[in-house]
Amino acid sequence: MRIVCVVGASLAGLLTARALRAQGYDGRLVLVGAETHRPYDRPPLSKDFLKGALDEADLALEADDEDLGAEWRLGVAAVGLDAAARRVRLSDGTEVEADGIVIATGASARRLPGMDDLAGVHTLRTLDDARSLRHDLASAKRMVVIGGGFIGTEVAATACDLGLEVTLVEAGKTPLAGVVGAQMAEAIAALHERRGVRLLRGARVAELTGEERVDGVRLTDGTLLPADVVVAGIGAAPNIAWLHGSGLRLGDGVLCDGGGRAIHDEDGGEIGDAAPGIVAVGDCAAWFDPALGRYDRCEHWTAARRRAAVAAETLLSGGAARPARQRPAYIWSDQFDVKIQFVGHARHADTVVVEEGNPADHSFLAVYRQGERPVAVLGVNQVRLFSRWRRQLETAAV
Amino acid sequence: MFLFAKLGCDSMIPACPLASLPRGEALRIEADPPIAVFHTEDGEIYAIDDTCTHQDASLADGWLEGCEIECPLHASRFDLRTGEVDAPPAKRPVRTHRVVVENDVVFVVPSDAPPNLPPGVTVKGQA
Repeated sequence: MRIVCVVGASLAGLLTARALRAQGYDGRLVLVGAETHRPYDRPPLSKDFLKGALDEADLALEADDEDLGAEWRLGVAAVGLDAAARRVRLSDGTEVEADGIVIATGASARRLPGMDDLAGVHTLRTLDDARSLRHDLASAKRMVVIGGGFIGTEVAATACDLGLEVTLVEAGKTPLAGVVGAQMAEAIAALHERRGVRLLRGARVAELTGEERVDGVRLTDGTLLPADVVVAGIGAAPNIAWLHGSGLRLGDGVLCDGGGRAIHDEDGGEIGDAAPGIVAVGDCAAWFDPALGRYDRCEHWTAARRRAAVAAETLLSGGAARPARQRPAYIWSDQFDVKIQFVGHARHADTVVVEEGNPADHSFLAVYRQGERPVAVLGVNQVRLFSRWRRQLETAAV
Repeated sequence: MFLFAKLGCDSMIPACPLASLPRGEALRIEADPPIAVFHTEDGEIYAIDDTCTHQDASLADGWLEGCEIECPLHASRFDLRTGEVDAPPAKRPVRTHRVVVENDVVFVVPSDAPPNLPPGVTVKGQA
């Protein structure tokens, strides 16, 4: 293998490039990134960066003295792929033909209808998004956050800390219930309410109001929520539009086998029909998970890091590498002065028990079990104890 | 006593009796900045700055495996021997300190090198 093209220069792309070098690849390495920025870390964008506690230099993922020996093509998007020829077409009209291709184009924030015509309505995914939101926060008094996932709850907490009047609009019963389960999600909801976030449950957005600049959010029940700034945290969709017609099989992401090899679309494209020399990693990739019995597109930071080394090995070995054992995803979030840590799958549990601390004090650890077997653990300001539990879950026999 | 004389008693911080730090365990010394002391499963003792170089987290609360400590928050791993980090989000090495065991007591010899503290964390003496 003499030329590898990594399409996507964020966490998954950078770490796969790094893993290729660490595993001995010494050929040409081309890194293509749609954004103009060097690789940066996204989790702080909704927290310390938004708050102003970190600056842009702090977000850099590369070490000061790091040199991957790569050709960087930043500010250039991939617009097409011929999987058979392993040829990537770029937005500046050039092409890169490679022996190995790493697809790491990530995901984009879902947008609300009508938001493109109104100033003051934000999504939060990129550094440019965060800069623009940070700028608006400086003069805003009232914020409405639409969607109670991680982005929504983190932005709500940050804005509340900054002194804004914050309303969090959640379509379901409780924010984060899909991740930590309904019962424990109440403890996190209570934290938000205690700190001053107005939480609206079961609320659906009808429209954004305002001329040119947003001035409110109208709900389907007619309630009008006045707002100087609105953030939509309603999920993300994989960036795979550029791969239509490429010959790769697409679903909710680039469908891959358990080692990260992209599946070929010919003849129905099943496991085993991998496209030679093409792997996918990060938020755009849906790897087959034998334990779940389906393709699983995992958007978590820790999964991107773990899969990068596997994908590099798969590419360099021509697919002979054995798929790594899947481990439960580890997720963290910082909200107010509270560290939330979670590992496992809450939906597999039939009981959940607080084993340490008290949810009312915002310091507790809860263990989720299926029968006797722990399947997930939630830590809220219980860093030391949570590490012990995470170790146990990650090393337990499947 | 030779070691004491050579290093100077002033520069050694007594950490704990060796017997009170079993293998696989860690201890945090409330120095400024704090120091973490680890006793590995192989019986080696190492000392590093306790604060992760990425964000304010106590490495003594982390996951010790071989000669590596994994940060309890975001899972970057530091080599206890060199301080080197394996993967983001941390990107700078953690400062290492020498360890001396004398008469079954663990002492740390604080490094003269500047610490690599995360953004927002400072040594108390210098705001």
